[in-house]
Amino acid sequence: MSAARAVVTGIGVVAPNGLGAQAYWQATLSGRTGIRPIGRFDTDGFPLRLAGEIDGFTATDHLRQFRVMQTDRMTHLAVAATAMALSDAGLDPADDVPEYGFAVATASSIGGAEFGHRAIERLWSEGPRKIGAYQAIAWFYAATTGQIAILHGMKGPGSVHAAEQAGGLEAIAQARRALRDGARAAVTGGTEAPLDPGALVGQLPNGRLNLGADDPATAYAPFAATARGHVPGEGGAILVLETAEAARDRGTRVHGTLAGHAATFDPAQGLGRPPALRRAIQLALADAALSPADIDVVFADALATRADDRAEARALCEVFGPYGVPVTAPKSMTGRLYAGGAALDTATALLALRDQVIPPTVGVDRTAPDCPVDLVIGQPRAARLRHALVVARGYGGFNSALVVAGA
Amino acid sequence: MARESGTGIRRRAVITGLGVIAPGGNGRKAFWERITSGVSAIRGITLFDPAGLRSRIAGECDFDPEAHGLGPRDVRRMDRCVQLGVAAAREALEDSGLDLGSGAHNPERVAVSMGTAIGPATRMESEYVVLSDRAKLWVVDHTYVMPYSYESLIPSSLAVETARLAGAEGPVGLVSNGCTTGLDALGHAAALIEEGSADIVVAGSSDSPITPTAVAAFDVIRATSPNNDDPAHASRPFDLHRDGFVLAEGAATLIVEELEHARRRGAHIYCEISGYAARSNAFHMAALKNDGLDLAEAIRVALGRAGVAPEDLDYINAHGSSTPQNDRHETNALKAALGEHNACRTPVSSIKSVIGHPLGAIGSMEIAACALAIEEGAVPPTANLHTPDPDCDLDYVPLTAREQRTDTVLTVASGFGGFQCAMVLTR
Repeated sequence: MSAARAVVTGIGVVAPNGLGAQAYWQATLSGRTGIRPIGRFDTDGFPLRLAGEIDGFTATDHLRQFRVMQTDRMTHLAVAATAMALSDAGLDPADDVPEYGFAVATASSIGGAEFGHRAIERLWSEGPRKIGAYQAIAWFYAATTGQIAILHGMKGPGSVHAAEQAGGLEAIAQARRALRDGARAAVTGGTEAPLDPGALVGQLPNGRLNLGADDPATAYAPFAATARGHVPGEGGAILVLETAEAARDRGTRVHGTLAGHAATFDPAQGLGRPPALRRAIQLALADAALSPADIDVVFADALATRADDRAEARALCEVFGPYGVPVTAPKSMTGRLYAGGAALDTATALLALRDQVIPPTVGVDRTAPDCPVDLVIGQPRAARLRHALVVARGYGGFNSALVVAGA
Repeated sequence: MARESGTGIRRRAVITGLGVIAPGGNGRKAFWERITSGVSAIRGITLFDPAGLRSRIAGECDFDPEAHGLGPRDVRRMDRCVQLGVAAAREALEDSGLDLGSGAHNPERVAVSMGTAIGPATRMESEYVVLSDRAKLWVVDHTYVMPYSYESLIPSSLAVETARLAGAEGPVGLVSNGCTTGLDALGHAAALIEEGSADIVVAGSSDSPITPTAVAAFDVIRATSPNNDDPAHASRPFDLHRDGFVLAEGAATLIVEELEHARRRGAHIYCEISGYAARSNAFHMAALKNDGLDLAEAIRVALGRAGVAPEDLDYINAHGSSTPQNDRHETNALKAALGEHNACRTPVSSIKSVIGHPLGAIGSMEIAACALAIEEGAVPPTANLHTPDPDCDLDYVPLTAREQRTDTVLTVASGFGGFQCAMVLTR
């Protein structure tokens, strides 16, 4: 992608261990986990019992009652995060941005899981006329972008991106393209609300979830020899982007710059071709016109299955050398948030750049010998941070890498 | 929309392959014959029992996975919308003459940009019915879960399977923007070519919403036509007696290629993607403002990026969904963007009059129709337009196709969520 100066001026976070960027950041630096026994449904007889679940979120605090009824939890979370991000940016979409100059690009992977589940249940138990009037606008993946655009009068390009856990970075990259193509500002990122039995059940056979785990402190232990999969979580983050020029004109504070991005796809197994994560990182660095030595911290994808951890560690070692760069996975405190995950990692990277401190990975005593990465474990680590790399992999072979520069 | 790259060479995106799975005929030839015949492909729903619904008609594909190279393992792994999309991609790759497995093309320079509005809806529902024991269990019975269940829960499977078919290792993505999805997927493909991220993009969209839940969701809000007694005439865009859209399924996948790359290998070039723009109405999730000004803005920007003046347009492929408000909205948008005179003198038609409305799939199917219109020197008609609506007073090419030289085409889309899109294609 050609160089585009997209700067981040607003951050909104809805995470299992904190609502709002400040609460989330404090919890993350102090290693406080949001992983807990699932409360959104009765897990008796269900093989998954832990998740990163948001505590104390009331949709009607953030949306009017009629809109709460017309939307799924994924949208409630996104709308709340958007308001936080706009407030953080001090940006009024109606006054500060031209009519068609505000883009919206969000990510989704599961869609409106609970809403869809209720609708389909009513249809199959009470008949097709009982499905409910809002299923057509609540469940589908595009619902969140549409609702944000309506709520804030944002009439620039709108889009929704699905690449499982890599989707958040794809949405951010698309928002950056929108700025390159003439938009002045964009709302971007992603949220997911997958803690529904109908949505979670599909993942049980794929070997990636740590089924049967009961201890929230150790259930998600990426890069450890004890890794047995991850736990799912809900939430995510929304960012406000502006062109550097627009931010300067407003005289607003800038959290950081989106310096480079690239995406690749893994070849099918058996072709003898190498996995493509390393190339995504290298292309993102090239897009940012940076070298590996310029990267001061990596926010890892951290799937926490042994094979996937080894593959990620290998890619990082090939680019940065063994133990060549500090690596962290604060998602060990939230679970993997699917479309919300990489967006939250990007928000976390920006906060780390702001405060010059790397948040820790929890649940891990030491890294496995076959994962030679300098994992920041247990305690935050103060460091000089100029650039952060965010890495994301989506189910099926998606790789995405984003370079973020400090303000 | 082409732009200068770092080397000063302008990279342009052209279409070099087409594949279509559509109601009334699979394959690009059957698709073109059907939409130019003006003979409706709408029928009573056969994919499930639609008893109890107000609207019980649809545009269904007669699709045999095996005939399209999909084996039993593929069928187990792929939802119907993925099967349709992959079958279309297989035809498009063959049509393009690209042999991506041959080693002649660097897989790192091959990208995928797919789209779907509602994704794997069929499998999601059939799995749910089993695991919930027909909606008796809220906490579904996990012991019956299928090995490939996750694939059938996430829409990105469509992009994954397309990428595997093409051996793509470049950027792979999926957009889901409701009913403008197909245009957005192709617009993104053109952007990947122009910015230099890829030389070849396998791009398209697929949807198969003929499932109890998806059909009921539109039925209950009376968005779909209740003309069950006369399915062939139910989809009648711009007609005074139109009474809703007709849900359909389908897929189109196209090969988008960098112009010089296509020329070097002597590829057949259908047309160039010369301009694309997306805007939002920020008004309502389902309703449209009558003035069409936001769609008009998307049209103006797309024309500007293409360097095409309104009077240069030879044909406009309408969204023309056959809902009372869409067809008025769109007519007003065309007048606002092009000027009354140009809007009235340019042939406009809706292929949804023949195949119905397959949600996110339609955008790429309409781009395929536009590419074929340029190729064949003819424009498809708006079927079933017998009684013009006084509020819809453009030249909608009623009933019969028109042979005419077609070099410059506009296609537009509008959808739930407020998305408004336009794309310009040129010979």
